[in-house]
Amino acid sequence: MTLLNWLLQGGQEILGMLLAPLLMGWVGIWRAWLQNRQAPSLIQPYRQLFKLFHKEVVIAETASPLLRVTPYLLFGCMGLTASLIPMVITDLPLAGAVDVIALVGLLSLARVFLALAAMDVGTAFGSLGARREMLVSFLAEPALLMVFFTVASLNASTSLRFMVTGFAARGFYLYPSLAFAGVAFLMVLLAENGRIPVDNPETHLELTMIHEAMILEYSGRHLALIEWANALKLLIYFSLGFALFLPFGLTDSLQGWGILRALILFLLKLTVMGAGLAVLETVSAKQRLFRVPEYLGTAFLLAVLAILLHYLLGS
Amino acid sequence: MSHWNPAPFAQQLLDLFASLLLLIAFAMLSQRRILTLIHLFAWQGLILTLSIADSAWLTHQPHLYYSAVLTLITKVLILPLLLHRLIRRLDVVWDVETLINIPTTMLVGIGLVVFSFNLALPISHFSSTILRNTLGIALASVLLSFMMMITRRKAVPQVIGFLALENGLFLAATSATYGMPMVVELGVALDVLVGMFIFGIFFFQIRETFDSLDIRHMEKLKEE
Repeated sequence: MTLLNWLLQGGQEILGMLLAPLLMGWVGIWRAWLQNRQAPSLIQPYRQLFKLFHKEVVIAETASPLLRVTPYLLFGCMGLTASLIPMVITDLPLAGAVDVIALVGLLSLARVFLALAAMDVGTAFGSLGARREMLVSFLAEPALLMVFFTVASLNASTSLRFMVTGFAARGFYLYPSLAFAGVAFLMVLLAENGRIPVDNPETHLELTMIHEAMILEYSGRHLALIEWANALKLLIYFSLGFALFLPFGLTDSLQGWGILRALILFLLKLTVMGAGLAVLETVSAKQRLFRVPEYLGTAFLLAVLAILLHYLLGS
Repeated sequence: MSHWNPAPFAQQLLDLFASLLLLIAFAMLSQRRILTLIHLFAWQGLILTLSIADSAWLTHQPHLYYSAVLTLITKVLILPLLLHRLIRRLDVVWDVETLINIPTTMLVGIGLVVFSFNLALPISHFSSTILRNTLGIALASVLLSFMMMITRRKAVPQVIGFLALENGLFLAATSATYGMPMVVELGVALDVLVGMFIFGIFFFQIRETFDSLDIRHMEKLKEE
């Protein structure tokens, strides 16, 4: 591992941090356009973060240190996860550090702390949101793991880096199992990021909210960190999806042009898929909470079918 | 991966079509609305047509093209149209069936898929046809359609399950033996059509007698 590798690693980390609010803004713009509203500015999320960072922090009297620690922990987890996923180049020093199972563990560590902190103050909303979040995530996690296992058994490795290079080595091939796993992954992405069939990111209507209910108690820089971590989570899921299902363009060389091309392709994929997410959210309706187990059950079913098809068809 | 040798593109497509067929079988299992069920049935027919045409191209068996055309005409055009007319006449277009516990049904469905994949694996090892991969999928979709017929209580979804079962059988026949003789295929197609007409008449009879298409009422046919 040379110094250059570490520099690139740091570069990816900074890129992820800066890009995440932009992605949120992009999805928001498309949602506004599709709903015939006047779109907010693309840099609106940055302004919001800036404003929140300059505001005073107010903490409930009954809060324990857990509430103070959680925003930093959440942001740290998401930042670390973002550096583990090959976004532009595969040959990064940290990319081989953990495999996908540890990645799921990192994401759920963040979730557990968020839910605990939501229950910490003792308001009804926080506990309601935490319970709902746990209901959604304990159903989404097995589906996500099955998706990972499908891709892992295709490439005989659970390391994200070898998954990406494994696909690149074999060229174009139609994998029925991968198509199924891709759809399952998309469903998990929508559920885990609080997107429309499961949760509405824009609502503050107390009866339907999940994520917003959990973060009602935060303010100032704590809220800013949580919002930023949430944007990072969406970016993480997007780049995970690219690494697993659209791995073309990722480079393992360290030449300037290769990296530039890979970077442009990555941004292009984000642009298209961000708009696609907004379209998907606009055409679908939010489900009742008690339909969510059915929805995530379908995701799990698709992922299991994918792995079964892989063993039957060998592809 | 040193042992990697990619299959021809047509075969990849065939595997994809077969997988989609299985997916639609699952979707039918969990679908509550009758109208969507008919649309799904039409899609399944279309994918079956494509897969038969693809296997015809792959194996250079011209007679399979005829069966593809036959499938297209009967299962994509005529049968869904007939079903449409039927549910409009019966006034059940927007009928929603209350299904009990979809996740459990799905889990049982996965069990069926595992069972039929395991069953098909040794057979396909000894088989010499290049379409052998799809045998397990065909078997699974037959069993899933069976289960749909068992779990449904209304008459129309049961009949759609029966027709979907025939789709699975067709795929099995294509993948195991490169299709049945033309006479048999024509006969089967005609049988399904005639069966459809008879079912239609039955529906009206059932509804006239019981005022409902729920076949639970038929359990009470005994004389008191």
